[in-house]
Amino acid sequence: MAEFTLPANSKVTEGKTHKAPAGTKRVATFRIYRWESESGANPRLDTFEIDRDQCAPMVLDALIKIKTEIDTTLAFRRSCREGICGSCSMNIDGTNTLACLKPIDDVKGTVDVYPLPHLPVVKDLVPDLSVPYAQYTSIKPWLQTESAPPPDAERLQSPEERARLDGLWECVLCFCCTTSCPSYWWNGDRYLGPAILLQAYRWIADSRDEATGERLDALEDPFRLYRCHTIMNCTRTCPKSLNPAKAIAEIKKLMVARR
Amino acid sequence: MASAQRPLSPHLQIYKPQLTSVLSIAHRMTGVILSGGAVALVFWLLALASGPNAFELAQAIAGSWFGYLCLFVWSFCLFYHLANGIRHMVWDMGYGFEIPQVYVSGWIVVGASVALTILAWIVGLYGLGR
Repeated sequence: MAEFTLPANSKVTEGKTHKAPAGTKRVATFRIYRWESESGANPRLDTFEIDRDQCAPMVLDALIKIKTEIDTTLAFRRSCREGICGSCSMNIDGTNTLACLKPIDDVKGTVDVYPLPHLPVVKDLVPDLSVPYAQYTSIKPWLQTESAPPPDAERLQSPEERARLDGLWECVLCFCCTTSCPSYWWNGDRYLGPAILLQAYRWIADSRDEATGERLDALEDPFRLYRCHTIMNCTRTCPKSLNPAKAIAEIKKLMVARR
Repeated sequence: MASAQRPLSPHLQIYKPQLTSVLSIAHRMTGVILSGGAVALVFWLLALASGPNAFELAQAIAGSWFGYLCLFVWSFCLFYHLANGIRHMVWDMGYGFEIPQVYVSGWIVVGASVALTILAWIVGLYGLGR
């Protein structure tokens, strides 16, 4: 059900302010969501001012600088710092994206940084992604076959068959799209969400996979697939410029075509 | 620690309104308002069937400033819901999913519903007479 307000323990309060060192010429201000389990307090927004001339260009660079120089307790996920691993997904300036791909100077004024929306928070900018991961498992994201493989070769595809997977295989499972979707906010326990449905279509579209019927059967459900109302926030926010909404539409078309 | 005690990260409170989500929620709201309009239409038809006195009362309500306001809102909702419904049908056929196309079609829907509303009222007030 749609709950438009935050529960009492989730309301965000004002936190600490860390001023920039005196004499800083170009100040960049970050307001960052903080929460840890031990104090028992509500989440808060801490303000960090940093010297923009002493910081590399991306929001992730600023977060690392803040963690290194100002507050070592700041928690966030990161790994590759180049948009390949999908770890540093978060809500920056009101939309979901990867912190490593978001230039600080793209944001006018204060940079607001929150964890991915409508998820339980583990600490600071680290959300609990157990449910999306379990949903990923549920679509059996591997090649399923019944026929025996060729004895002397791999299962081959034509260049055209392979091209159908472009725009699907590049997904890094950062869940920016899934957590930008209001439908997923309200029905995330049963609706699979754009990231998982794009992955489901990645296997449906694979010419080597022989379980297309079973895969469609598993999605033929009022919630798993059909909670998509083509809001398009997913495609709007994808940091890899993929198109989950289009993939979901292709699944819906296949559902109609096989009747 | 039980996840029930974890805070829920902010969602509606912080997510930037965008043409994508705003037009989507507008589609739903206009649909709800139109359902109210359908009930009003049934009352008007009932009045018509009940005889001249009831019909005169219904016409008087519809012709009051409040009646005009309701009719204006309903007419806009009708044209918006119609135009955006066509946009959804095009999507359901698998077209128009690139973000630039989504923005063009979105603004067309907004423009068309405003234009059709104004046109309908010009025709209604001056073309057909009162």
